[in-house]
Amino acid sequence: MTSDPGFWILQGLNALQLSMLLFLLSVGLTVIFGLMHFVNLAHGALYALGAYVAASVAAAVGYWPALIAAPLAVALVGVVLYGGLIKRMRKAGPMSQVLVTFGLIFAMLDLTRIIWGDFALGIDVPQILSGRAAFLGIEYPIYRLFIIALGGLAFVALTLVLSRTQIGAMIRAGVDNDEMAACLGINVEKLFFIVFCVGCGLAGLAGAIAAPLLSVTPDMGLQILIPTLIVIVIGGLGSLQGAIAGSLIYGFVQTFGAVLAPQLASVLIYALLAAVLVIKPAGLFPAKG
Amino acid sequence: MKTTLKTALAGLATCLAFTPALAEDIKVGLLLPYSGVYASLGQDIDDGFALALETYGAETGATFDLIREDTEVSPPVGLAKTRKLVLQDKVDVMAGIVSSGVLGAVRDMVHGSKVPLIVANAGNDEATGESCSPYVVRLSFSNGQVNRPMGQWMFDQGITKVYTLAPDYAAGHQMIDAFAEAFTAAGGEIVGQEYTPFRKTQDFGPYLTKAQASGAEAVFVFYAGGEAISFVKQYDSFGLKTDLPLYGSGFLTSSLYVNAQGPAAEGVITALHYVPTIDSVENKDFVAAFTEKTGRIPSEYAVHGYDSARALIEATKTGASDRETIAAALGKVSFTGPRGPLSIDPATNNLIQLIYVYETVAGETGLTQKVLATLPAQQDPVNGCVLK
Repeated sequence: MTSDPGFWILQGLNALQLSMLLFLLSVGLTVIFGLMHFVNLAHGALYALGAYVAASVAAAVGYWPALIAAPLAVALVGVVLYGGLIKRMRKAGPMSQVLVTFGLIFAMLDLTRIIWGDFALGIDVPQILSGRAAFLGIEYPIYRLFIIALGGLAFVALTLVLSRTQIGAMIRAGVDNDEMAACLGINVEKLFFIVFCVGCGLAGLAGAIAAPLLSVTPDMGLQILIPTLIVIVIGGLGSLQGAIAGSLIYGFVQTFGAVLAPQLASVLIYALLAAVLVIKPAGLFPAKG
Repeated sequence: MKTTLKTALAGLATCLAFTPALAEDIKVGLLLPYSGVYASLGQDIDDGFALALETYGAETGATFDLIREDTEVSPPVGLAKTRKLVLQDKVDVMAGIVSSGVLGAVRDMVHGSKVPLIVANAGNDEATGESCSPYVVRLSFSNGQVNRPMGQWMFDQGITKVYTLAPDYAAGHQMIDAFAEAFTAAGGEIVGQEYTPFRKTQDFGPYLTKAQASGAEAVFVFYAGGEAISFVKQYDSFGLKTDLPLYGSGFLTSSLYVNAQGPAAEGVITALHYVPTIDSVENKDFVAAFTEKTGRIPSEYAVHGYDSARALIEATKTGASDRETIAAALGKVSFTGPRGPLSIDPATNNLIQLIYVYETVAGETGLTQKVLATLPAQQDPVNGCVLK
């Protein structure tokens, strides 16, 4: 291939950047699943919505307000979804939940098309994040480093919240055994609600940071959904470590697969998924031991 | 008053057109995606088609009755709608088809029922190659045709080593193959090629890093729509544009979405069969009329629709009025449109047209296209096509 170490550092950073984007998406989905046993397939659609909101806000008032507005707007949509739909579906069983959230994907897909049109949108990166940084003999786009940093920051923050705060302990208790947690006086319903909204907000954040990198199209949510599901299946449902491990594995396999064995690039990750399911059916770091 | 005048004029036109045929009412089925991911392309083609009927409709004695059907960019739906147009509506001619997948699905139905189809977008080489039909006439482009002339042109600019990238599906391969063949025939060398998983690749970083390390002097790519926007922006963000200039098929920086790419698209040089800035009377009139009617700058898709309707009008001017005669007349049309002189290749029923090499540059109101070279019209190789 190439013996230039710079080449491999660059590809490593590419992999890390993809991993962090996927982490922001999968962590919300996996904790919602772990806590509520609820498969929210519309998570990808919320990510697309975040990207669209960011594109509109960025066009009007700039990138930084967009980065704040998008997660808030999507979390708000999460509130509406929870009150209107998810709450009623809580006891309906997984098949009905999958059907409802699958339907939501298409409803939201067409909604974005009606509001924003079919054309792909783009956002410009703010001045401070555009350009490239030179280090270790390579040049790398600053915006991609920003994504890596933001993903790392989110991981650290979520780890601290889950391991060091009371609400984190309550969430862990809920994931472990929600009935027992409820008996101990934890308001599990309220916990569900908070986690769902935060998960939605993180999806919106992922959409907003992906928007300047990728193009904002109505089907971007569908495109990201499968990788996200692969990440949480590999990592193990419901756990933060699982989400980060799954994201890193996906990012590195996908990137180095594309570099070393381009013909196999699209198969490799599915092969890995199959292997994990055979060897450790619950994923690498399942929340419940 | 205006209506009376129109009626009088129509009457007059009818009298004048008496010699070949009486005022014929021709039923036209439009097969376009009015919903789904290509809805905006369908709309552009539809608007272009309607504009040409308004502009040139009076030249022929025939009148046109449009029946619009939504293909939803889905081959089975497209086939069902074609059946409906042929069997139930009994149309005389059909036009449209954006996706090559849909074209492949309806081809046998069109051929078997002998209802002429004017292809207004789908570029698959095979449609006017191995699986050509005397009832399928293409007024848009073929994948090979658009890219082949760039091979010689880029070599003439002093570029000898090129790296290519495209999505991994039929159009991606056809576009790149035609370019690569012409480029190596001219004396250039393809130092690396990569096909990215179609619609699954959002991050081109790994591929760009690879292209950078390949030792190429330039990169030639084909991407369209959302992928094109991501690609051009990411290419720029890695800072490749200065050392490794980006060339490609013109769909990469189509006027339809180039403004979503922003400054990243500046300096990218691509080739296409139409750009809105072609300097000719026909094109200026067309751009003015289209912009006035729709408020948008016409894209290559709008031109496909416009020229498709124009070809139909030209065919009916020869007296063609039913399925068989329209099919025969369509294969012989030639006229000068916004794209320049157009004619139909008698060997394949594909359009013969000029190819424009253009650079995307910053204009007064956003990005615009600066035509660098006009390359002579080329016929596609016959590829085993027998028109019967």
